[in-house]
Amino acid sequence: MPIDFNFMVGGEAGQGVQSVGFLLAKVFARGGYHIFADQDYESRIRGGHNFFRVRVSDHKVNAIAEDVDILIAFNMASIELHQPKMVTQGIIIFDGEKIKGVSGNNGSLVSVPLEKLAEEKAGDKLMLNTVALGAALAAVNYDLDMLNTVLTDHFGKGEVGDKNIAAAKAGYDYVRSEHNGNLRKIKPLSEPKRMLLTGNEAISLGAIAAGCKFMAAYPMTPASSIMEYMAAKSKEFDLVMVHAEDEIAAINMAIGAAYAGVRAMTATSGSGLCLMVEGIGLAGITETPIVIIDGQRPGPAVGLPTRTEQGDLQFVLHAHHGDFPRAILAPATIEDAFWATVKAFNWADRYQLPVIVLTDQHLASSHATVDPIDLSKVTIDRGMLFSEKEDDPSEYMRHRVTKSGISPRAFPGLGQALVVTDCDEHDEEGHLTEDAGERTAQVQKRLRKILPLKKEIGKPHKYGSRGAETTLIGWGSTYGAIHEAVDMLRREDVRINMLHLSELWPFPAKAVADAVSKTPNTYAIENNATGQLARLIKAETGYDVSHRILKYDGRPFTPAYIAQAVKKEGC
Amino acid sequence: MVTVSDYAGLKPAWCPGCGNFGILEALNRALIEMGIEPRHVLLVSGIGQAGKLPHYTRGNVFNSLHGRPIPPAVGAKIANSELTVVAVSGDGDAYGEGGNHFLHAARRNHDITYLVHDNQVYGLTKGQASPTSDVGFVTKTTPYGAANPVNPIALAIVSGASFVGRGFAGDVEHLANLIKKGIAHRGFALIDILQPCISFNHRNTFQWYKERVYKLEDERYDPGDKKAALERALEWGDRIPIGVIYQVKSLTYEEQLPPLSKGPLVNQAVEPARVGKVLAEFM
Repeated sequence: MPIDFNFMVGGEAGQGVQSVGFLLAKVFARGGYHIFADQDYESRIRGGHNFFRVRVSDHKVNAIAEDVDILIAFNMASIELHQPKMVTQGIIIFDGEKIKGVSGNNGSLVSVPLEKLAEEKAGDKLMLNTVALGAALAAVNYDLDMLNTVLTDHFGKGEVGDKNIAAAKAGYDYVRSEHNGNLRKIKPLSEPKRMLLTGNEAISLGAIAAGCKFMAAYPMTPASSIMEYMAAKSKEFDLVMVHAEDEIAAINMAIGAAYAGVRAMTATSGSGLCLMVEGIGLAGITETPIVIIDGQRPGPAVGLPTRTEQGDLQFVLHAHHGDFPRAILAPATIEDAFWATVKAFNWADRYQLPVIVLTDQHLASSHATVDPIDLSKVTIDRGMLFSEKEDDPSEYMRHRVTKSGISPRAFPGLGQALVVTDCDEHDEEGHLTEDAGERTAQVQKRLRKILPLKKEIGKPHKYGSRGAETTLIGWGSTYGAIHEAVDMLRREDVRINMLHLSELWPFPAKAVADAVSKTPNTYAIENNATGQLARLIKAETGYDVSHRILKYDGRPFTPAYIAQAVKKEGC
Repeated sequence: MVTVSDYAGLKPAWCPGCGNFGILEALNRALIEMGIEPRHVLLVSGIGQAGKLPHYTRGNVFNSLHGRPIPPAVGAKIANSELTVVAVSGDGDAYGEGGNHFLHAARRNHDITYLVHDNQVYGLTKGQASPTSDVGFVTKTTPYGAANPVNPIALAIVSGASFVGRGFAGDVEHLANLIKKGIAHRGFALIDILQPCISFNHRNTFQWYKERVYKLEDERYDPGDKKAALERALEWGDRIPIGVIYQVKSLTYEEQLPPLSKGPLVNQAVEPARVGKVLAEFM
């Protein structure tokens, strides 16, 4: 029987929900399982209600599920909120000495004196969440030794590590002796090792592998962990991460660094990107390569700070005044986030323009197992560079009008060539001009770059039944949920397929038009309120997507949600 | 040898008699006397009449957005720490639109020189009050008179700048020497330059400044004394000090970045395979 099992850890901010969730994900990833885990948290440091879901599967999964098999509840609210989603054989682990009056199917209630055991066995009642972790593993008869190595790796050898191991053992032994009834059994698999990564970690690693040497950013959920990771690795990889005074400074610093010749990036969320908009145009007119990560969250303005949305698509398509080319990528999965970032740097250099990578809170802070990344496949293409051996540096012109629109780059101070550029309209040399002919030539030259860029855009991903009568259309992080919804519906004999875009601009109009024209029913599945991709498809192809399933409550789609919504509409 | 012809740029589009000419002349003189070749200089400017200066000399040029010469200058300096980076602003650019960058660049002590053409009025947009306009200055946008001006010298000192000077566009030799000191200084060097605007500021004229400026070098003055510097910073009216008002040795932002000790970032090799070691941390 296939294994597809869901843990849920719930509690207040500050109760260790995140660390228990992460360690659960880690211990099953070590055991060869595929993981998809997401975090749901409020914009506060203490209190409130947070949860961390860990899906453990023996096949690849890229979405969360709604059912809960094992709930670790650190407070009453967790039980009340998540009990309705428990499966029949589900188990709730809680501290009955602290949470009184829990009702429900007794067989499913496993009270463990978490705090008492933590104090008795580990000498520290704060270790109660590690006791719960051990208890949860006992509930599925998992390998305790594997948890011990994970705890040692996480907390280090020494007192803290040892205490955590003792706490985990206490919870594990308690459940084995007190609840030795019909416990489930999940054994480690003999599968190759995989990495457990968040979307933001994948982006950071992609940037480092691509040779990003400079990042400037201003903290903003859900993008902050990128700047933190880059800063943490700055010494090891000889890169610089500047915590700038604001987002305006951040993007302008990155542009300055890129002009001087290093690969540079920034990362923010929607309202931070609002401040960066002037920089997008600056990169456009000065033809400076720059990578901008936009981890979307619900807007407008501050919106729902810790939650997810795909509400920035129409914004990033148009952000800034005037006409100039840009590229927009929206990775579908956590693994894709690594490769999209590498690609973004190559496109930025090749076409000398801003490249925006759209993720969202769901992708940014969810964890998934990723097969080992083959770094030999990372190519670094700095684009067309000026050669002082072949050409006279005294005649160098940064914005030389060429057939392709791409002018060879030189870097200030590295040779004899003087590198001149301007945010005013400029002549080929880079000096400001108001000459009508020069202006027209520069606008045309910049726009010409979109033609070769267009050819780089990958075809949208298609999956599902041949001759389908229904097509689900999505973009970015909804890939996994839509993919699984298609599988669910096909098992019910619905003739359905999906069309998914992760390379959005320049828009692959022909490929999309060809794909959608074949099915009578099309559904835009989007984490926003107005169907922003559907509007883009209409604008670029003239095609009206017939249905919309939109979610803008700040929470991600689940496959079941999509499947039910499609059925309700009558596919 | 670096000569005047090395720094011959395009013909300026400034008003004849503009104070900017003196600043351009002083900057060129400083760079020539220091023997710095144009290819090693990066001039980053903002928007306004001052922002056009880099086009009228020679060097690498990044003419940036209004209020934003500092951030790209900082990014470029970190990317290639061997460049002599000079940022150029007007008073609106530096203290209005770009005020936040000014404070934080001073605080972080980036190793760049910041020339601010301070004519106490907006020139390019034709005569509106600026952040440094004298109180009561009546313009089209301040019909009841300008509010209190910012004090860039005091702001720079209290914000952590390690070099703060004031020059006068009407004394090119003095200004050239001041710019040389600013460029030679390791750390953030603000040089606020009193610059008559013959078209829109009929109050703070060449004559007005000339009657008031005095050179700190002519007095017994220690620019290392922060309290004394703040006192001079507050001096404005009958007497206006020019010269090095404050200078102190302090670690630059760039000196504190470990990767830069291995040479300019832009020259450092990139090896994707090195990431392999980190990937194992996620297993």
